[in-house]
Amino acid sequence: MPKQQDNVRARDDFVIRIGGDTAIGGVISTGENFTLAAARLGFRTFTFRTYPAEIKGGHAWFQVRISNRPVFSLGDGCDILIAFDQEAYELHKQDLNTGGVLIYDSDLVSPQHDGFVEYGIPFQNIARHELDFVRGTNVLILGVMAGLFGLNPTALEQGVTSRYKRRAELLEKNLQTLRYGYEYTKKIQKQDKFWLGTADHIARLIMSGNDAIAAGALHAGCRYYAGYPITPASDILETMAIQLPRLGGVCLQAEDEMAALASVLGASYAGTRAMTATSGPGFSLMTELMGLSSMAEIPCVIVNSQRSGPSTGMPTKLEQADLFHALYGGHGDFPRIVLAPASVQNCFRVAVLAFGLAERFQMPVIILSDQSLSQRTETIEHVDAEGFPVMERLRPNGTSPEDYLRFELGSADGVSPMAVPGVDPQTYVAPGLEHDERGHPMLSAQIHEAMTNKRFRKLDAVQRHIDTEEFAPRYGDEEAELGIIGWGATQGSIREAIDRAREKGYKVAAMHPRCLNPLPEQRLREFIASCKRIMVPECNHQGQFAHHLAANLGLKPIRMNKIGGLPFTPGEILAKIEEVLAHAYA
Amino acid sequence: MPTHNGARVAQADKAAAATIPVETLTVKDYKSDVKPVWCPGCGDFGVLSATYKALAQLQTQRKDVVVVSGIGCSSRTPYFMSTYGFHSVHGRSLPVATGIKLANPDLTVLVMAGDGDLMAIGAGHFPHAAARNINLTCVMMDNQTYGLTKAQASPTSFIGHKTKSTPYGVISKPVKPVLVALTAGATFVARGYSAKPNDLTQLILQGIQHEGFSFLHVQSPCAEFFNTYDYYDEHVTGLPEDWDRHDLGGAISMAATEEKVHLGVFYEEDRPVFERTARGFESERSEFVLEEYLKRFA
Repeated sequence: MPKQQDNVRARDDFVIRIGGDTAIGGVISTGENFTLAAARLGFRTFTFRTYPAEIKGGHAWFQVRISNRPVFSLGDGCDILIAFDQEAYELHKQDLNTGGVLIYDSDLVSPQHDGFVEYGIPFQNIARHELDFVRGTNVLILGVMAGLFGLNPTALEQGVTSRYKRRAELLEKNLQTLRYGYEYTKKIQKQDKFWLGTADHIARLIMSGNDAIAAGALHAGCRYYAGYPITPASDILETMAIQLPRLGGVCLQAEDEMAALASVLGASYAGTRAMTATSGPGFSLMTELMGLSSMAEIPCVIVNSQRSGPSTGMPTKLEQADLFHALYGGHGDFPRIVLAPASVQNCFRVAVLAFGLAERFQMPVIILSDQSLSQRTETIEHVDAEGFPVMERLRPNGTSPEDYLRFELGSADGVSPMAVPGVDPQTYVAPGLEHDERGHPMLSAQIHEAMTNKRFRKLDAVQRHIDTEEFAPRYGDEEAELGIIGWGATQGSIREAIDRAREKGYKVAAMHPRCLNPLPEQRLREFIASCKRIMVPECNHQGQFAHHLAANLGLKPIRMNKIGGLPFTPGEILAKIEEVLAHAYA
Repeated sequence: MPTHNGARVAQADKAAAATIPVETLTVKDYKSDVKPVWCPGCGDFGVLSATYKALAQLQTQRKDVVVVSGIGCSSRTPYFMSTYGFHSVHGRSLPVATGIKLANPDLTVLVMAGDGDLMAIGAGHFPHAAARNINLTCVMMDNQTYGLTKAQASPTSFIGHKTKSTPYGVISKPVKPVLVALTAGATFVARGYSAKPNDLTQLILQGIQHEGFSFLHVQSPCAEFFNTYDYYDEHVTGLPEDWDRHDLGGAISMAATEEKVHLGVFYEEDRPVFERTARGFESERSEFVLEEYLKRFA
């Protein structure tokens, strides 16, 4: 057992990255198992994964940031690199931080010995010849990781035990391999400074963004789901397929995304809270039906877990480039609500909010997640929807069927009563055509204008709901030289960059609205007024959010754009802050 | 935090709905006050009238019927009925109807759409609705032309048919809707003719009564752009007296013939319906309890 050396200050907030060809197998699962064991001991974790869009083979990598203090981003680079093969070493060595550790399979990787602490171990060889367990390489590595970095191996043993509890022989083999790896590290002279130490043993949740969105939807009463498999949204379909039948609901694997959203509109029209989830290509196919949802005023929730586009693009890589499509896509003028969750925990609240807004305001609500947020896991304290008002569908109640006006123009907030088939006697036709107050086709200029105004009036009412601290939180200094306005999954990196910039003496702040249409204008205007300059970092080429802010608030922000499929790191944002403010403090 | 419990709300709703008095309904009770926009002589009048009559015979309450359509002349049907309706977008009538039926299996759901809607732009949905065996009645009003856009060719137009979009004549073979329905797994497949309203009423009635996906192919001529009344008056004939409607192979052969246009029920089969099987956890049904659910992530 390597002893923690007294002359080295233990670093207990570090990033482990594991890379290798998926044909070897186990890159992602090794990382996941280590993360799970650490989280169960009370460590905070934040993972990131990316894998090839191939069926078999290709380079995959997984990383986990691990600490006994809260972490909000994937961190900068990596501190420990575990290279399954030469390709992993070549691809990731430039991301290995100074003082970093390289662990590699000594039969497969030839490192250049460029200043990192190196532990070369013939993993595959040991698994094959000494343990006679070829598929045990991953577990062996887990044991080595636990020994080298101070993770209590009982947590790993528990994980292995629960996985193989019905297969005694495999269980024994895995436990033996795990212990072998752990014991093996006693022969190693520990030369690095990374050591986990102890955590608080508080039970936390470890969830992905997709997990949290599905949980939020179920909690909000979603009982109909339809979807077509697509990376990176398929987990939501798979969760709903398990859960909904048990709850008296239905999950439909649709024949395409048009069918998915069309059936969601049918289910919602029939009185059930309904949702679909997709990614860019499927979202494009849904666009016509999104207009129908808005025109016929049928509530629906559409999750778009963005990936790199256009066309098939890079299916397993993130991007924030579907914002224009969500905000403006589709023919004709029609209102829609666009929400963007900022963290795994926030995914839950945003999903609950989405259903409330959809029901209350009878229009499509789009949740823009992205590949990094959908598929990463975070350890979080808890999820809840505390403080949300009840938002239900307005029904015709006592109106006589003859007097019932489905699309009554009179209400201040534009919302009109929606009858439910099979329940309410106030029958009506949900119309894709422009219509009068009863829903009958009416193609006059006057009615089109009045109805368009009615539909858009609902957005003003939505704005009053979301122009709050909860949905546009502010972070950092009250008066700032530079204010950052971000959206979606970038929140954690921005927050850590703000913390680090303030430690260096910069006056900086951030605002991260969860509702992008309508915008929380009052909150944003106050924020903008309190900052000398505004910067908008986003993972797209066109500066789509910056453009949206310019159009709505007359703002010309400094743009910071990144594409390529990887999220912003706190260090990148910090560097940009320093670059922008270099002259301000000169 | 209020508990949003969809299931419980629905139960309360159903209890409330049960207190609404049941009325005896006549044909005119199913008519809305919107006047049909179809041209004089349009076959769709016959289909609409047969639908009113079938519903009146069944005494289905108006609040329990949803008529779903896509786009086209025939897809205007929901507006002419006093039941619930959903005039969706081109091609999506079947998936919209699927969602309605899955959300509330107690509703009587009719899809009233055209040859373009079901065999062209929405053709991708047709085999899936049939194979799933959703309990709904799909009435395809086939006029073999695109009437609303003024007389272009449709997927069921005859070879050689000259239209503005096919000035040298249609080249592709017409799609055979009955054959498609049979091979896709529809559990009730029939053909009617709008000019034989009494027979058509009976077919629609049987289609609604059938527990499963029922498909009715209705020859419904366009008097304005492609008047085929003479053709069908001459070509339609009943299925043989001793027709075995449980013989899929026989039905497929009959549907493939081109000399005559057979009317009647080609095929019928008993098969569990999707909306019941998809909810097949009655005994294990539970409420959603967040704290319980979150344990899997601990």
